[in-house]
Amino acid sequence: MLPAEQAAPSYLTDGNTLRSWLATHDHKRIAILYAVSITFFFFLGGIAAALIRLELATPAGDLMSADTYNKTFTFHGVVMVWFFLIPSIPNTLGNFLLPIMIGARDVAFPRLNLFSWYLYVAGGIFTVACLLLGGVDTGWTFYTPFSTMFSNSNVMLTVVGVFIVGFSSILTGLNFIVTIHTMRTTGMTWFRLPLFVWSMYGVSLVMLLATPVLAMTLALIAAERLLGVGIFDPALGGDPLLFQHFFWFYSHPAVYIMVLPAMGVVSELITAGVRRRIFGYRFMVYSIIGIAVIGFLVWGHHMFVAGQSMYASIVFSILSFIIAVPSAIKVFNWTATLYKGDIAFGAPMIYALGFVGLFMLGGLTGLFLAATALDVNLTDTYFVVAHFHYIMVGGSVMAYLGGIHFWWPKITGRMFSEAWARFAAILMFLGFNLTFFPQFLAGAEGMPRRYHQYPAEYGLLNILSSAGAVLLAASYLLPIGYFLWSLRFGERAGNDPWGAEGLEWTTSSPPPTHNFEAPPVVTEGPYAYTHP
Amino acid sequence: MNFLPEASGFAPRIDGLFYAMLGLSALVVVAVFTTMLVFAIRFRRGRNVDRSGESHRDLGIELTWTLIPFALFVGIFAWSIRLWIDMRTPPGDATTIHVVGKQWMWEFEHLDGQREIDTLHLATGQPVRLVMISQDVIHDVSIPAFRVKQDVLPGRYTQMWFTPTRPGTYNLFCAEYCGTDHSRMGGAVIVQTPQDHARWLASHATGSLAEQGRALFTRYGCAGCHDARSSVHAPRLDGLYGSTVPLADGRQVLADERYLHDSITLPGSEVAAGYAPVMPSYKDRIDEADILALVAYLKVRGTDRETPHASR
Repeated sequence: MLPAEQAAPSYLTDGNTLRSWLATHDHKRIAILYAVSITFFFFLGGIAAALIRLELATPAGDLMSADTYNKTFTFHGVVMVWFFLIPSIPNTLGNFLLPIMIGARDVAFPRLNLFSWYLYVAGGIFTVACLLLGGVDTGWTFYTPFSTMFSNSNVMLTVVGVFIVGFSSILTGLNFIVTIHTMRTTGMTWFRLPLFVWSMYGVSLVMLLATPVLAMTLALIAAERLLGVGIFDPALGGDPLLFQHFFWFYSHPAVYIMVLPAMGVVSELITAGVRRRIFGYRFMVYSIIGIAVIGFLVWGHHMFVAGQSMYASIVFSILSFIIAVPSAIKVFNWTATLYKGDIAFGAPMIYALGFVGLFMLGGLTGLFLAATALDVNLTDTYFVVAHFHYIMVGGSVMAYLGGIHFWWPKITGRMFSEAWARFAAILMFLGFNLTFFPQFLAGAEGMPRRYHQYPAEYGLLNILSSAGAVLLAASYLLPIGYFLWSLRFGERAGNDPWGAEGLEWTTSSPPPTHNFEAPPVVTEGPYAYTHP
Repeated sequence: MNFLPEASGFAPRIDGLFYAMLGLSALVVVAVFTTMLVFAIRFRRGRNVDRSGESHRDLGIELTWTLIPFALFVGIFAWSIRLWIDMRTPPGDATTIHVVGKQWMWEFEHLDGQREIDTLHLATGQPVRLVMISQDVIHDVSIPAFRVKQDVLPGRYTQMWFTPTRPGTYNLFCAEYCGTDHSRMGGAVIVQTPQDHARWLASHATGSLAEQGRALFTRYGCAGCHDARSSVHAPRLDGLYGSTVPLADGRQVLADERYLHDSITLPGSEVAAGYAPVMPSYKDRIDEADILALVAYLKVRGTDRETPHASR
């Protein structure tokens, strides 16, 4: 795909055969492999989302059958969570940038890194095959005893696929932790690490510690479904709430697997857009670690109406208020970083500011759900759907795309069309809000989620939401166009087209196979922007 | 709320909290957006402004803008907890209505024996406690106009309570995904004035739930062992409800609705001290609706409320 007249030798020119890609140990090439595969899964999940919004455009269940609808939203959830959101930033931008940002030649275990990608692809193909050939109707949450004893769909095989992809997460987390501990270049002390690296460290800890619980839970589902061992189904002497505890013990931290990397990306984008040191660097670091740790202690806020004890709910409620503190610190610090900045509004900056706004709305509505008495009315409604899409799509996806734009010149050596990119970013922000803001209202009015048909009074809000989804879809397709265009026709990017600080901008674009001609030496903290 | 009526005692209190939270959040959003906007305009690239100097007093600023909003939100938390405890503590004078959820319908049983499917008749001003169980997967009774919602689990009673305040017909939803017809599993809650409701109850009267339970007690052969004249050594059930039962393994349990239910479906799990674990499980032989009737009967058996037409 890349033009043959590539100037300097780089990781892209280091072998042109299929084998040189599929058997590569280069973290940058592995990042590209991930980027291509997660983009594929993103559009698969997106097609499912489009079908859902099409069905919900009218109150009656008229486009597809109830079973098909249930399988469609399960497909959307499973694919987006495990095959797009969780690997998105860590495995693409993280893989590409982490070693470069700390001045290393590669990650600590390059072969393991490639193996993780193969696990991911194997799990992904396996799962998507199950979801398409027959489908699964449990929702991505696999709640028992529905999933173990009642669903007649492909639960077993899907669970195996997700189980496999979980190991890809675990191994990536392990790899990153060891890399950050052992491969920092001379002078790169812990408190000189860019915040993106810190966010990769935090997210790796969560991946390593939480994902095994998911694997165990999925194995228990298999044991009950296949062997009839009574674990979750009360008819077999099990406890259905036990499943929810296990599941959310993984899946709440998984939210932070999705959002911590986004926070790291945004810190890089904003400092570069503002040409200024991040405000309160140490607080930013502590809040990453704080979120990673407290994230393990709030799972019960998914279960306020599930039958959990009243007192347990009170404890989980206050812990959920507390975890908002480090997130708030980050929002305030990003805002304060603008002060006395030299602010340019390139596409990456628009994505970053969009992230801050949408993440803040997502976070504040999270406090509504953390307040037990309000949660009773709002949980299991579209309010929750809107809330987590503000975090995961408004937050993580915006940050991911912002990051892709920001580092695109570094990754490919080419500049994209800035005008089109700004247009796509703004369209995405507007389309996103039109899609998901009405869902807050529908939820506050009581519309339950996972409904194939719904009472007519929610019709208007759903029409708005479906209209927004059209804009959103367009804004996701646009970058494909101008990015492909840039590969052939884009201007060549120099080492540092944005005037940004950071080791990745000191090497050539695209970087050579071993990242640096000579190991860099670091003498000062990150974001050492000088005033113009 | 826009088109959602406030039809229970909780509704205005929850909406009050909701709007307080909304106000506080709006304050934060406006403050941050305004600051961003001002900075974005003032310090945009190409504009000649003073950009010198680092911001050094991090700690003081960080603590100020962290702790003040946090304190305000903790106020919301405390308010929410007060309301939450009320929502989880049914008053003594609440009428009990039993609910059985199954794929994909709701069955409601009034204490005087009236049974309804997918429709629930209630009276204004009368506190109601729903005691709920599922026959298959997890369901959830959600009545948005009352601002209440509670998961309904298989094998375990859950409860919720509220006081309807406004006559009308309101949506009843299943709010926990339960399979194919999840979105059709619902119906209507019809709130009537006390007079209308009394008329409705009278016109739908059958035997009371406890009386139905007494008949089932004989029909399923429970009396064969548990009757005082039986030759089998089985626990006496008179006045059992509400007492403390010593178990064979040394624990003590309160004989509440859960205990009575589990003793029928899982008799081996909590064996009363002094008795052999000889009772067979009735788990798949009696459906949840009949178990509810049996439990209602056991609750009054051997008490002065056992006589017909005095059960409430």
